[in-house]
Amino acid sequence: MSQYALNLLFVGGSFALYMGIAIWARAGSTSEFYAAGRGVHPVVNGMATAADWMSAASFISMAGLIAFVGYDNSTFLMGWTGGYVLLALLLAPYLRKFGKFTVPEFIGDRFYSRTARLVAVACLIIASITYVIGQMTGVGVAFSRFLEVSNSTGLFIGAGIVFFYSVLGGMKGVTYTQVAQYCVLVLAYTVPAIFISLQLTGVALPPLGLFSEHTASGLPLLTKLDQVVTELGFASYTEHNTNTLNMVLFTLSLMIGTAGLPHVIMRFFTVPKVADARWSAGWALVFIALVYLTAPAVGAMARLNLMETVYPDGATGESLAYEARPDWMKNWEVTGLLSFEDKNGDGRIQFYNDASEEFAATAEAAGWAGSELNVNRDILVLANPEIAQLPGWVIALVAAGGLAAALSTAAGLLLAISSAVSHDVIKGTLKPDISERGELLSARISMAVAIVVATWLGLNPPGFAAQTVALAFGLAAASIFPALMMGIFSKRVNNIGAVAGMLSGLIFTLVYIFVYKGWFFVAGTNQLPDTPEGWVFGISPLSIGSVGAALNFTVAYFVSRATAAPPQHIQELVESIRLPRGAGGASAH
Amino acid sequence: MSSESDPGAYWRANIRLVKACLVVWALVSFGFGIILRPLLSGITIGGTDLGFWFAQQGSIITFMVIIFFYAFRMNALDRKYGVDEDGGVEVLGDGEGLR
Repeated sequence: MSQYALNLLFVGGSFALYMGIAIWARAGSTSEFYAAGRGVHPVVNGMATAADWMSAASFISMAGLIAFVGYDNSTFLMGWTGGYVLLALLLAPYLRKFGKFTVPEFIGDRFYSRTARLVAVACLIIASITYVIGQMTGVGVAFSRFLEVSNSTGLFIGAGIVFFYSVLGGMKGVTYTQVAQYCVLVLAYTVPAIFISLQLTGVALPPLGLFSEHTASGLPLLTKLDQVVTELGFASYTEHNTNTLNMVLFTLSLMIGTAGLPHVIMRFFTVPKVADARWSAGWALVFIALVYLTAPAVGAMARLNLMETVYPDGATGESLAYEARPDWMKNWEVTGLLSFEDKNGDGRIQFYNDASEEFAATAEAAGWAGSELNVNRDILVLANPEIAQLPGWVIALVAAGGLAAALSTAAGLLLAISSAVSHDVIKGTLKPDISERGELLSARISMAVAIVVATWLGLNPPGFAAQTVALAFGLAAASIFPALMMGIFSKRVNNIGAVAGMLSGLIFTLVYIFVYKGWFFVAGTNQLPDTPEGWVFGISPLSIGSVGAALNFTVAYFVSRATAAPPQHIQELVESIRLPRGAGGASAH
Repeated sequence: MSSESDPGAYWRANIRLVKACLVVWALVSFGFGIILRPLLSGITIGGTDLGFWFAQQGSIITFMVIIFFYAFRMNALDRKYGVDEDGGVEVLGDGEGLR
C-alpha cells in the first residue's frame, strides 16, 4: 500500500470515528450543550481536557522549540503543566461548586456587575479567537503535507468535521470526540519516540532514554549532544544562557495563563461532583505528562539525529554531500520547510552557528561560507518517523495525530466562544427571557458563526498570527485568572475593585506587548526594539502576563479597600462555593 | 468518623494545605529548575545536573503528585468537617438534577 493510501486510511478512519461519536452524543438540552449534562467521569474528563489543552503547538512545535534551544526552553514544559496545579488547588473545585455554565457568568455573579461579565466576555473572545487561528492554519499544513491537497481545501475539510460534531453535540459531542482524539494523538506522539529512543540508547522509554548512554559513542546522550552542538558554535544544550528573571516570569505567565484559559476551565464544569473536579485535574495532568515527558526526549534525540545526519564523521570530519542526502530531506524540501543553499559551492551541506563570532575563524579555516541548511523547527515531530526510517503506518499515524491535536483544541475554543455569546451576551444581557429551546438554538447558531469566522481567519491569517500565543496567555493571565481567584479567596473584593483590576491588568499587558510588537501587531509601529536589550529589566513581552496579573491583584485590593464591601448575599455566595456540600443543588436555576 | 461542623476551621485547614502545596510547586519549578540550579550542579544525572532534570521532568512529575495529594487530603477534610457531597443533595447523571 502506498504512503498516500496509508495516510488517507488513517486520517479518514479517525475522522469517521469522530463523526460516529458525534451522532451518538447529540445534545438535547442547554445543560448537555454547555456542560455535557455534568455526567462526565473524572478520568474521561481528564483525557478530554488533555486533548482540549494540547494544541497543534504542543504536538507539532514544542519538541522543536526545545530541540533548537535546549534547557532555556524548559519554560514551556514547566509552564504548560504547572498551571494545572493552580487550576486544581485554586479554581476548578470552586467553579464546579458554583455550578453555572461559563467563566464570565461566574465573574458577573460574584462581582454583581454586568460590566465585569462583559469585560470577561471580551477577554475570552479575543484570547480564544486568536488561539483558534493557529489551530486552523495547523490543520491546513497537516493536510497539505500528508494528503496532498491545497491548504485551503484541507482547512475546509477540517472545519466541516468540527462543524458537524460541535454544532450537533456541543460540550457532550466535543467531550467524547476529544477522548478519541487524545488516544490518537498520544499514540502518534509516543510510538515514534519509543523507536528513536531504542535506536539511540537501547532504552524503550524516551524519558529514561534522555538520561541514558548514547550507544554509538558510549557517552551519556546529553553529554554527546552538548559536545556536538558546541563544536559547531551553537550554544550548549544543557546550560542556562538567558536572563533568569525573564525565564521565571515567562514560566509563571504560562502557568497563570493556562489556569485562566476559559476553554480549559469550562471542562471542569462537566464532572458530577466537586471532589471529581479535583481528581480530574490530576488525571488531566497525567495524560498531558505522557506527551510532555516524551517531548524533551524527542527534542534532544531529533537534534542529535539531525546533527549526525549532516556530520556523519563528527564535526571535524567531512559533512554530508548534498547528492547523498536521505529521502526525508528530499520530502521536506518539497514543502519549503527545509532548504539548502550551497554558499561555498563544495556540494556538501554545512550546518553551524554562523552568528557566533568566536566560531567564525574555525568556519573560515574549514572553507565554510555560512550555514547552508535551513530547518523549520516545526517539522521535527512530523519528520521524526521518516528520520528514524519507521514503517509507513507510523507516518500515517503521526498525520492523524497532528490533525487530532489541532481539531480537538479548535473545538474546545469554539465551544468557549459560542457559550459566551449565547449564554453571557444573548441570555445574560440582551434577551434574559429566552426559552431553553431558543437558547439551545442560539448556542448552535453562535457555534456555526464562530466556525465560519475561524475558517475565514485561517484562510486569511492576520499578520499577527505568530504572536497569538503571547496575546492569549497574556490576556488570560492578566485579566481572567486574578478575577477568578479573588472571587473565591476574598470576600472583600467588590465590583469596582474587580473591574478596575481586570482593566488595569489587561491594558498594562496589551500596551507592553504593543510597544514591542507594534500597535495591534502592525509591523513598524513599535516604539521600542523587540530585543533583549530593549526590554525593561530584560522582561520579554511574552513574559509580561504575570506582571499584569500582579498589577490586577494589587489594584483590585486597594480599590476594594477604599470602597464599600460587597453586599451580604454575595458574601454568602462566596461561603457557599467554598463548601463542597450541595454541588447539585447549587446549580439549579 | 465524627464530623465537626465548623466551616471556618475547614477553610483555614484548606488554606494551610494549599499554601504547603504551592511552596512545593514553586520550589521544584522556579527553585530547583531555575534559580537554585547552580546549587544542585554538583549532583550529576545522565550527563547533566539535577537542575536540568527538574526543569525537564522532575517538576512535571512533582506537579502530578501535588494534585493527587491535595485531592486525597481535601476529600479527607471534607469528611472530617462534614461538608462532603455524599451527605448532601444527590447529583443525578445526564443533567436531570440540574434544572
